Amino acid sequence: MAARPRTAETREATVPISEDVVVVGGGIAGASAALSAAETGASVRLVTYKKSTMRFASGLIDILGYTPDGDGPVADPYDALGELPDNHPYSIVGEDAVREAFAMFDEVAGDLYLGGHTDTNALLPTHGGTVKPTARYPKTARHGLASDDRDMLLVGFESLPDFDAPLAADHMGAAGVPFDVDGVTVEFPERFRADAKVTRFAKALDNDEKSVRRRLAKTVESHLDGAERVGFPALLGDVKNEEVRESLSEMLGVDVFEVPMGPPSLAGLRLEDALFDALDEAGVRISAGNPAVGYETDESGERITTVLVDQKGRETPYHAEQVVLATGGLVGKGIESSREAVEEPIFGCHIPHSEDRYDWFDLDAFGDHPFAKFGVVPDDELRPTDAEGNVEFANLRAAGGIVGGADFAAEKSGSGISLATGLVAGRNAGTEATQ
Amino acid sequence: MSDAADPGSFEPVQVFPESGDMDLRPGADNCYKCTTCDTACPVAEVDDEFPGPKFQGPEQWRLKRKEDEAVDDSIMSCSNCMRCDDACPSSVPLSQMHNTARAEYVDEEMDKLSREYVRNRILANYNTLARLGSKVPRLTNAVMGNSVVQQINEKVLGITAERDFPEFAEQTFREWWDERGGPQVRSEEKRVAYFHGCYSNFNTPEVGKAMVRVFEEFGYEVVVPKQRCSGTPMFANGMLDDAKRAAGINAENFKGLIPEGYDVIASCTSCSMSLRQEYPELFDIDGIEDISNHTYEALEYLRIHEDIQGAIDEASVSEQSLAYHAPCHARNQGLDRQAVELFRELDGITIEDVGDSCSGISGTYGWKEEKYDKSMAIGEDMFDHMNHAEGNVGMTECPTCSMQMEHGTGYEIRHPLQLLEEALV
Repeated sequence: MAARPRTAETREATVPISEDVVVVGGGIAGASAALSAAETGASVRLVTYKKSTMRFASGLIDILGYTPDGDGPVADPYDALGELPDNHPYSIVGEDAVREAFAMFDEVAGDLYLGGHTDTNALLPTHGGTVKPTARYPKTARHGLASDDRDMLLVGFESLPDFDAPLAADHMGAAGVPFDVDGVTVEFPERFRADAKVTRFAKALDNDEKSVRRRLAKTVESHLDGAERVGFPALLGDVKNEEVRESLSEMLGVDVFEVPMGPPSLAGLRLEDALFDALDEAGVRISAGNPAVGYETDESGERITTVLVDQKGRETPYHAEQVVLATGGLVGKGIESSREAVEEPIFGCHIPHSEDRYDWFDLDAFGDHPFAKFGVVPDDELRPTDAEGNVEFANLRAAGGIVGGADFAAEKSGSGISLATGLVAGRNAGTEATQ
Repeated sequence: MSDAADPGSFEPVQVFPESGDMDLRPGADNCYKCTTCDTACPVAEVDDEFPGPKFQGPEQWRLKRKEDEAVDDSIMSCSNCMRCDDACPSSVPLSQMHNTARAEYVDEEMDKLSREYVRNRILANYNTLARLGSKVPRLTNAVMGNSVVQQINEKVLGITAERDFPEFAEQTFREWWDERGGPQVRSEEKRVAYFHGCYSNFNTPEVGKAMVRVFEEFGYEVVVPKQRCSGTPMFANGMLDDAKRAAGINAENFKGLIPEGYDVIASCTSCSMSLRQEYPELFDIDGIEDISNHTYEALEYLRIHEDIQGAIDEASVSEQSLAYHAPCHARNQGLDRQAVELFRELDGITIEDVGDSCSGISGTYGWKEEKYDKSMAIGEDMFDHMNHAEGNVGMTECPTCSMQMEHGTGYEIRHPLQLLEEALV
């Protein structure tokens, strides 16, 4: 649906920098909220501080890989949604919202991503050699599916310790994948400094510096040994990603795929680009580079009128009818913790936590950590509530990692929760602002 | 010392000896080595010798705690684009660390008679050069445009012969300002002090004139205090003493205006960056915080204080297509989207953002003979996007980005203020 054009008569004149909806946060949840708010015809501004945490992400988009009890991998995530506790973000927004959010994602991602043809989770190899259940994956990873029984070769590079191909291959073998998998570490044909950045590799392949693609194919050829597909770390070009992958595939005579990597992740960066292009296309205004630090309310104190953005020591007011908080969790710094307390720093929303900080975590590193589920407690419209269960502000909604109640790292549910809560928060905000 | 039993009085242990320098310890400790800054660094993407911002910042800072460790010479390959600042999710003051490390390297390790030092000093002090050159603009333009002179510059000084030296205007902005008799609008409430910087004074006075006319159109009293270079090229070359001198003069000339209700407006995003961030980060000068908190980029100021969107919605200009590039320093101030967002509503305008890559010139970086090829390699994405954009006029706020855009594509390059002038005045 195209955004409704705003005419001069409906525009609130006199007040500078004023929008129907201001979304705070530029990750997946913020992007989803801004897109769905724009679809209602509202004018939308997305305010984001630093580069988003998408570059920490593998680029895989999950719904649910494991249940909160640790069962899995889940075959059909939609089947498992009904079993989630009532305070889980998915339970609050409901299955339909999850489906709609993924339909929106599929439209935005276009042919960059695959997996939308089925409800069932795909199984993707990771750079650690584990097999991860996920709902959507970059097209460049498609020949790496663990459900495919063709023999596989993984290729790592001497100067890139982030991906140890022989180790990853051993792990996959031990996990019982239905094919033979080997790993080899080769010298990248161009000599970079020992700690060269992934962007340096990508740039060299993008530009095919000194025919590096051909030389790389030649290096790998002798290790093929009957493998029908070859996996490289996800740095096969940046802007010409698909072209690089295809030309390697052609020269090697087998299918080539990318293995999703840890941070800094080019696949995450490509996803960020796709989402921001979509925001641009939807007419969403974007202010990046400065943090939201505070707010102003109307006289009743119940409605936020202004989000304050710190522009290098000076607070610039961004006026809004509706506000969506999508600043992320502990990593994205939407939630801050000190030795005394856990806080949401912009609007001071209530985040339940034990007074004794030794209760915030489990002694087992891979145990059930309470901090993993820290976040605001939303009402059924995703408005954060205070300790008594009353909404904090009538026109503030929350989306993504800031919403408590799910251990997304253990469940493999982070991106799906972000998309679904973003969709609902953004749409409600937009609808209410334009009524 | 702290009472260990009471977590409320927790104090970090003092590991390193106290020093009189700026305390960068908390900044270094904030780094959790996610390497996001490294992926945002345009130099690390093309330069195999450059270890990236994470090394230049927190890691080098730690290494230097050891008495006999010198600053690594790779610091001189940092172009000071400051993208790492914008990238860091943990608020590590990377550019501040780079600036101090670079100054220390230049001070303590660089041979003051070396070609590199002399060349960098000349580039950093473009201000002085321009003041002399613009006295006889036609002669200077003829001399600097001479290919023999360019070859000599490259061979003797290490300034690339690939680039054409920017032409000096026949009348500087300040000469024009004096000729028109200063401010044409007087106001008690709406008043701004214009920091024009070197380039719009000596090379593109039309940008300065546009600034004055647009602000006067909105009823602002504009004053133009005496000023020196903002310091941007000096930071980038580790000439912190030169920068501090210039900053002192600028502070002296602007600080008295703030209590009188003036805000400081810059048309160059590196100038506003310098006044807002680098001055207070690097110098302890009387009035500097006050100036920093009252400095704005021109369009940013109008967006906050005027209904500029409303004015643009009602205006129109002749049909034109623009390829807009956001300078890195605009990006770091959160200003990278404002021109596109505003002008796409302007009748007659098709405007396209040519992507988020760095232009590659980074002030003086791309003028250095040994950096020229890298500068062009960084700029390749931008050139490519410009060539694919509709129309063949470029737009940017930064004078050196504009040189690079023109150099790589041959396009004419405009400043957003010029379009604003065309639309509103």
